[in-house]
Amino acid sequence: MAMNLKEIETLIKETLPDASVEIQDLAGDGNHYSATVISSMFSGKSKIEQHKMVYKSLKGKMGNELHALAIKTKERDGSTN
Amino acid sequence: MDQLTNDLIKSEIENNEICLFMKGTPDAPQCGFSMAVANILKIMEVKFKGVNILENQSLREGIKVFSDWPTIPQLYINQEFIGGCDIVKEIYENGELKKILDAKNISYKK
Repeated sequence: MAMNLKEIETLIKETLPDASVEIQDLAGDGNHYSATVISSMFSGKSKIEQHKMVYKSLKGKMGNELHALAIKTKERDGSTN
Repeated sequence: MDQLTNDLIKSEIENNEICLFMKGTPDAPQCGFSMAVANILKIMEVKFKGVNILENQSLREGIKVFSDWPTIPQLYINQEFIGGCDIVKEIYENGELKKILDAKNISYKK
């Protein structure tokens, strides 16, 4: 079962409300996506923790409904709010 | 996860300086993401153990719980979880992977 792009974005934003989320459907099959997520909530966290935050926001769908999601996380400078 | 699987994962990580849990083997990866990480390690000419999680269903599920990470591949260096494909690619490109290897005294092709 595939997931649509909007669904992924909504789930990420539920967990990381301030996030800018840019998602691309890499293969056009609803199964291979890449997401760039920028959030102030990443600051002070390691890359592993940042990626885990994104995975957790997807509530177990990663590796199941969602086969492949390449993740890039960036910290948003706290001062630009 | 059963004790046997937990012990198996632990012994792979403890006995191999660089340990890659992957789909397929370093010579015959079964997934593009696993291949990408294996290729990076090959380019850097570091010795690593590829653990094919497709050969063992309880290992396949167990490693996700062990690392609290939902996807394969997973790279461990000196028993430390480094990350999955995206992170390994990123730290390879920005030079951080070399710094990690330097800090752990592991030689690689400069």
